[in-house]
Amino acid sequence: MEPILEIKQLKKYFVTSRGTVRAVDVISFDLLPGETLGLVGESGSGKSTTAYTVIGIYAPTSGKILFRGRDISVPVAKRPKSLKRAIQIVFQDPGTSLNPRRTIGQILELPLKVHRIGTREERRRRVAELLRMVELPEDYIYKAPHMLGGGERQMVAIARALATEPELVILDEPTSALDVSIQAKIINMLIQFQKEMNLAYLFITHDLSLMRNVAHRVAIMYLGKICELAPAVEFFERPYHPYTKMLLSSIPVVSEEEEKVKPEKIVSKGEIPSPVNPPPGCRFHTRCMERNGICSEAVPEVVEVGEGHLVWCHLYGKKEER
Amino acid sequence: MGDVLLDIRDLYVEFKVYEGKLKVLNGVFLSVREGQRVGLVGEAGCGKTTTMKCVLRILPSPPGRITEGEILFRGEDILQMPPRKVQLIRGRRISMIFQDPTAALNPVFTIGDQLMTVIRYGSRNSLPKKEIRQRAIKALQEVQLPDPERILASYPIQLSGGMRQRVCIAMALSTEPELLIADEPTTNLDVTIQDQVLRLLNALVERRNTSVIFITHSLGVVREMADWVYVMYAGNIIEGGPKEELFREPLHPYTRGLMRAVPKLTGGGIAEGVPGRIPDYLDPPSGCRFHPRCEHAMPRCSQEKPPFLPVTGEHRVACFLYQG
Repeated sequence: MEPILEIKQLKKYFVTSRGTVRAVDVISFDLLPGETLGLVGESGSGKSTTAYTVIGIYAPTSGKILFRGRDISVPVAKRPKSLKRAIQIVFQDPGTSLNPRRTIGQILELPLKVHRIGTREERRRRVAELLRMVELPEDYIYKAPHMLGGGERQMVAIARALATEPELVILDEPTSALDVSIQAKIINMLIQFQKEMNLAYLFITHDLSLMRNVAHRVAIMYLGKICELAPAVEFFERPYHPYTKMLLSSIPVVSEEEEKVKPEKIVSKGEIPSPVNPPPGCRFHTRCMERNGICSEAVPEVVEVGEGHLVWCHLYGKKEER
Repeated sequence: MGDVLLDIRDLYVEFKVYEGKLKVLNGVFLSVREGQRVGLVGEAGCGKTTTMKCVLRILPSPPGRITEGEILFRGEDILQMPPRKVQLIRGRRISMIFQDPTAALNPVFTIGDQLMTVIRYGSRNSLPKKEIRQRAIKALQEVQLPDPERILASYPIQLSGGMRQRVCIAMALSTEPELLIADEPTTNLDVTIQDQVLRLLNALVERRNTSVIFITHSLGVVREMADWVYVMYAGNIIEGGPKEELFREPLHPYTRGLMRAVPKLTGGGIAEGVPGRIPDYLDPPSGCRFHPRCEHAMPRCSQEKPPFLPVTGEHRVACFLYQG
């Protein structure tokens, strides 16, 4: 299958008065139609910058973003409208991503108007259909965002993203501001829409337990680089990178069965360094339990440790050479 | 386990708003023994923080008002104490860590100013300046902050989120309180930093035998932090008991739903936990406040409020399913 999205050697730097922030520093991955790729990392890892560069909020410093084989690495103003229609985004906080001065009806109709979809009557029907899709009552078109609960607002944001029938949806922590019982409903709805419409999801999150249940593949980012990328089941059963292991062993879980899934307890230490002055060599070496001499000198090359399972770590590179 | 340190009995709180009265707390029962680590779990808006504000008597009033109930601290009702006496308890014998360390620290004073103020007012007798400074340094060392001298001279903005929360923990524990209330102290932190802060907090309270009330919305965090768990829903404690029992066999339909809805590391998809949303406090459901969302609701549930009674041993639940 042809990938719908290809990220090649993407770099995004921000020049500030205190130095250059290397938010995303050469990453590559692709995404297939109908697939969910979980992009996981701590704050400051560059996961949101990656998402915003794909949607066009930022122009990449270098590297390529290909959508259906076509280079789209230009800022959003220069992108053709058809492209904007095909790539949509759902933000973390529906409290700020919905215009407080518009009704839900107006919010849902806007993308249809912008892309000149249908007549006024058809648009009205489509808005009603979108509300039905996310299981909200039809009379919500007259309500303002502040009259809705957090979960309902996020449903509206999702309906808005789906209004133009996109092929790729970027989900930027869509449930991290919500309670678990509401999260369950939203996630299940997203999975159902994906099946019905063959949507590709780039799912940005810090929640690995959630990714175990949602993603087809998972990529871990740390300080602007990808550490490990693997099919979801493989990723959780056989994590390779010491950072992945540290993350997994830090997750608080609710049952003994889950404790068994965690790798042997790796005590987490240190904090993510500043992306202005990232450590040389492997960026994780300052917090790594298994580092050796080479880690602070050379940037690790990618190693394929299993089918589609990529790791950027010197521990495994050396074994290959021997 | 030691004696009962804090005992909240049948606490009711209302908030006056333009539209009427928000009946937020609806008869809360919660007790903490000496050296016990109590977890209080519930979703946003269920009244966890409101309950704790009553304990410290920092509930903004108006609009808030405690209409019924008592909060016994070592047998004395905090709600009946004169304000001066409450002040002697607040910060010295009961201290609190808040969710957002950035908001908890004053941005225009150094960490040293703030930490030393807490130590000065928190100690029972007046201390010389040098002694206060030494205690501040010791407090920072205890929370494993490197280079305490430099941190004393820093402003909050110069520290990372994890470091700021460590400073808040140092402040809260510097007065050697008998009870520590930690209100979602790791919610804003990354998972690896959360792990570090939780481990640190656990080690510190264990060493001092401090009692803790740990408020969180995360069942996973409670499992790591508490030995006793209370579950709260819409202003009521609906279930409580020893951690092992509660996680092995949750009883209340709401607790069971929450457990189902948590994404598991073992996979298998996410079960839809509890349909519907938290009720409107202006006009809360009659009887059991959970009955409109409950799959086991019986006619009785909308008529009477279920009492909070033991089912097996000390595992208590407020649900008619278990009360013949």
